[in-house]
Amino acid sequence: MERKTPLYATHEAAGAKLVPFAGWSMPLSYGSELAEHRAVRDDAGMFDVSHMGIVDFEGERCRDFLRRLLANDVARLTRPGQALYGTMLNPEGGIKDDLITYYRGPGRYRTVVNAGTRDSDIAWIRKVAKDYGIKVTERTDLAMIAVQGPRARERAANLLPEALKGAALELKPFTAVDSGDWFIARTGYTGEDGWEIILPAERAPRFWEALNASGVAPCGLAARDSLRLEAGLNLYASDMDETTHPYESNLGWTVAMDPADRDFIGRTALERVREAGSERRLVGLVLEGRGIIRHGQKVRTGAGEGVVTSGGFGPSVQRSVALARIPQCDDETVRVDIRGKDMPARVVKPPFVRRGKILI
Amino acid sequence: MSEIPGDLHYTDTHEWLRQLDDGTLELGVTEHAQQALGDLVFVELPEEGTELSAGEGCVVVESTKAASDVYSPVDGEIVAVNEALVDHPENVNEDPYGEGWLVRIRTSGGELPPNLMDAEAYAAHIESES
Repeated sequence: MERKTPLYATHEAAGAKLVPFAGWSMPLSYGSELAEHRAVRDDAGMFDVSHMGIVDFEGERCRDFLRRLLANDVARLTRPGQALYGTMLNPEGGIKDDLITYYRGPGRYRTVVNAGTRDSDIAWIRKVAKDYGIKVTERTDLAMIAVQGPRARERAANLLPEALKGAALELKPFTAVDSGDWFIARTGYTGEDGWEIILPAERAPRFWEALNASGVAPCGLAARDSLRLEAGLNLYASDMDETTHPYESNLGWTVAMDPADRDFIGRTALERVREAGSERRLVGLVLEGRGIIRHGQKVRTGAGEGVVTSGGFGPSVQRSVALARIPQCDDETVRVDIRGKDMPARVVKPPFVRRGKILI
Repeated sequence: MSEIPGDLHYTDTHEWLRQLDDGTLELGVTEHAQQALGDLVFVELPEEGTELSAGEGCVVVESTKAASDVYSPVDGEIVAVNEALVDHPENVNEDPYGEGWLVRIRTSGGELPPNLMDAEAYAAHIESES
């Protein structure tokens, strides 16, 4: 039996196509996923992301703990509300998850982890936390709604608690503000502006309805996937997992090797990779002709074979785009095996679309 | 309940066949199929003149999520393909029994295969799958 978010009944009543996803029953779309994709690029759309795990940390040694747990360095967070994206690695340097960590004040942090890795992440986090005497709380009492698109903030602002409205509108990208159990971050997974709003679970259905009435289109997992792919954002378990490290996942920028004495989990393994040089890298592909590149298809390069980690149709770019892990090479064009057909694709640096602008 | 026109023949893999006045057969996918597929973003059509055997895939419809084969329930030759779908694959979603037709097939004549269903039997088939 799949788990249900606090918005399940709302989705069902709206006629959403509900599908199993990472152990949860989630909306795939509410009708047309292409229309939902366009709503986010052109105006405003919303996603129920309550299946993601919200984990709060409290205790004097929180900072030390997170500097051990994460490959990015929370010492970069100096003011309450600041956020940091990065990975949590296993001792071999493989990616256990990618996550956002928020600094909330001395001895207080919050992290949001992926749905598919939620349970294993929390078990790992609790294991590492033992040595630091901190309190780890999974916030199953909260829901999370991502409101995304160029008009998302303006459409959502009036529906926020009065105490938060002004501060939320002043948030700079990658910062957050909170009041009680409401928490608003100017973050997202679509390449567009917007907020990710955490709120008490019991308030979520009415808030969702109010957003809908204010012109924010309900969007499902299908649109979320095409939006994040065009935005060049990795999907955990497709573009990266425990067998891949950040340097071959386009995430080298999230690894803080300085200061050299910070002993985060996976560091030794990553140092060896850096010394030897990464053999593979994650690149963007743009299909030259007609067709659709899909996950798992083979990529032929001058330096050997690679694989498509995410592929699909980009509704905003109107062609097929993909992320692929390929051997290090200078090829400007590679060949993708699309169900037996050998198709040329251009190698580009993601993203393909950002803030509504097509970059390819 | 999805629309199932009474004048068509249906397969258990959710294609429909229409007998045209010139004796050829028009092939498409049903309303039920397009709903299950989701928004189509690409339709790969065969060349005119392609020879087909019954049960063979002749068109690939690609939705945002997956590529799916469309099977011909009859032996024959492709005599027309719906070129408009190259630029407008959404026609299959919007009008699966009309503008969204896929190909026309000329058979060597004779009876339609006995495993095709009428509208009533197809409705029961959808019900049994759900």
